[in-house]
Amino acid sequence: MEIVLVGLNHRTASVEVRERVSFTVERARRAAEELRTRGILEETLVLSTCNRSEVYGVPPESSRECAPGLSSFLSEFHAVRPDVLGSSLYHRYDREAVLHLFRVAAGLDSQLLGEAEILGQVREAYKSAHELGATGPVLNRLFQGALEVGKRVRTETELGTRPMSAAAAGVKLAERIFGKLKERSALVLGAGAAGEQVVSQLRDRGIKQLLVMNRSHDRALDLANQYGGQVVPWGEWDSALQNVDVLVASVTADEPVLRRAILERAMSARGNRALFLMDLGVPRNIDPAARDLYNVYLYNLENLSDIVEQNRGARESEVPRAQAIVEQHVGKFLSWQASVELVSLVQALRTRVREERAAFLRERVAALKSSASISPAEIERAELWIDDLLEKLLIAPTEKLRGEKELRRKIQNAEAIRDLFLDRREKP
Amino acid sequence: MSHWVVILAAAAYLLSLGAYAAFLNSGKEIAGRAGTLLLAAGLVAHYFALLYRSRDLHTVPYHDLYGSMSLFGWLLGLTYLGLEIYHRQRSVGAYALPFILIFFFAAQAAPPDKLAPPPAHGPIFAFHVTLSILAYAAFALSFVISLIFLMQDRLLRSHHMANFVWRLPPQELLERMSQSSVLIGLVSIAIGTAMGFIWVDRLQGQYWYYDPKYVVTLLVLLLYLLYFQLARTTAWRGARASKLNIFNFAVVVLSFTVVNFYFSHSHRYF
Repeated sequence: MEIVLVGLNHRTASVEVRERVSFTVERARRAAEELRTRGILEETLVLSTCNRSEVYGVPPESSRECAPGLSSFLSEFHAVRPDVLGSSLYHRYDREAVLHLFRVAAGLDSQLLGEAEILGQVREAYKSAHELGATGPVLNRLFQGALEVGKRVRTETELGTRPMSAAAAGVKLAERIFGKLKERSALVLGAGAAGEQVVSQLRDRGIKQLLVMNRSHDRALDLANQYGGQVVPWGEWDSALQNVDVLVASVTADEPVLRRAILERAMSARGNRALFLMDLGVPRNIDPAARDLYNVYLYNLENLSDIVEQNRGARESEVPRAQAIVEQHVGKFLSWQASVELVSLVQALRTRVREERAAFLRERVAALKSSASISPAEIERAELWIDDLLEKLLIAPTEKLRGEKELRRKIQNAEAIRDLFLDRREKP
Repeated sequence: MSHWVVILAAAAYLLSLGAYAAFLNSGKEIAGRAGTLLLAAGLVAHYFALLYRSRDLHTVPYHDLYGSMSLFGWLLGLTYLGLEIYHRQRSVGAYALPFILIFFFAAQAAPPDKLAPPPAHGPIFAFHVTLSILAYAAFALSFVISLIFLMQDRLLRSHHMANFVWRLPPQELLERMSQSSVLIGLVSIAIGTAMGFIWVDRLQGQYWYYDPKYVVTLLVLLLYLLYFQLARTTAWRGARASKLNIFNFAVVVLSFTVVNFYFSHSHRYF
């Protein structure tokens, strides 16, 4: 019932190595099957994202003994030389493996601290392995625990709430003004990558209307088609600014394309309804003097970057709270694991004692029968007494182990008890 | 018994403030819910405190300064709770509770009233006074919300996004909450004032006699109607309307204090 983890991530491996060792869903399934067929692991799960490839498993023997085999398998499976892979791989065993997975699910091990996508990726990896039948009682419990940790960290801490990119920060700021964006409309100036990031965020929030304005009509059309927007001819400011609530500017221009006078006219025409301006252009696309206009909220890239930096600090301050949740669940999992191990150990002991009793009685009864000083009824009664005594000796500890969590915690090493009373071959 | 419900109400209000502040700071939903439940508990205890006191003195809560302020605090809390439930927004709680507490504690510290009670009572008079106090409480709440709006507006414009700003209600929601509160105030003051005129008619056989309080009340009514119109439909929406709302509340405070105590003939208490 030991747990092993072998993997690599953005901290230990370069992008090139990560790319070579990544798993598609299909390859992850194939790897899981092979690992079990070859007897390297009894239960297995492959977690692969753009920043990490990790194999979790329950080995038939000791986790430390199986790790080299697992590393070799990865090297062979991905056709990467062991010396290239070796320095990038990390190995975690038992408690450390549990802690690592729970930190991953919480977003504490992510490149972008607290990012939310990883929890969905863990869920998908577990679902896929479970459907394949590659997981068993240990990995099922482990990954269900990981999903619970991820959920708790996201609801009970602010680790993932603050926006960590300029695009996300801008959209969150727009929500500070308008609330939900479902009934709002946005105008995007420029069809570049920066603008597209914001468009994607706006669409995720269900923005009602999306207008795209770009010097190149074709590129504007591409972006509009991709995100279900409409193209507005370049330079038609008065009509375009009449009804929008959010404006995102990210065009390449030497000087501001949106002058204060244009915005002043627009604000007058729209009866001073609030307008949120996100200027992602460098040099700036919107005249900085526009920030003085009534009900105009102007944020440029520098302002948004400052907010992202503040948020990074705020997220980092949440790490201890998230870590406490992780530790709590690691304790819960280890307690469960110990109880299962101990109960199975007591079962093995009972089997062993019954076998010993049978051998003992065979030997002694044969001697008694030969002396003829004892009747068969008395022998049968003596057998029952011995059975009662053995059951009393073993049933009480079994019940105690099942019922008392504190006792399970105290018994730190079930392996030692096993080695003391059982032969290696008899291990449950 | 009356003594215990006062202590209970004070404890519930203080704990509610703590829970709302924790919600604003941490964003924990459970803290926000605790704030709401504690506020509701405080309002129930406060209601019984008002009831027991009225029974003991055989009079209405607004008979004296203590009762008027205490009733004001209670109606302020009740109006806030209504708005919180209607708009599903708890972030204003941490700002509204201090005002409820100020009136609640100020009432406990109020000196015994030496002025003679109003010459007549009855349900119409009771509605007149209670609705007027409710209107002032609703205007006070709207004032608090406008202050939050202006503070957030300043922070958003200066790009200083302090931690708690991410927890405040969006600007548009604050505007709607303020307008809802003003609407409650307008309806209450309109009906309450009408009740006052009916009561005067029954008492003196005439609808109208000159009292500076009437003029100020009419001015308050007009100013809030103006705010309601400007905030919803014109270029004044946003910070300008909020500033007007703050000015309006200053007039209400003037009406509630200076006009009542120094100019009015018949509104010495409320």
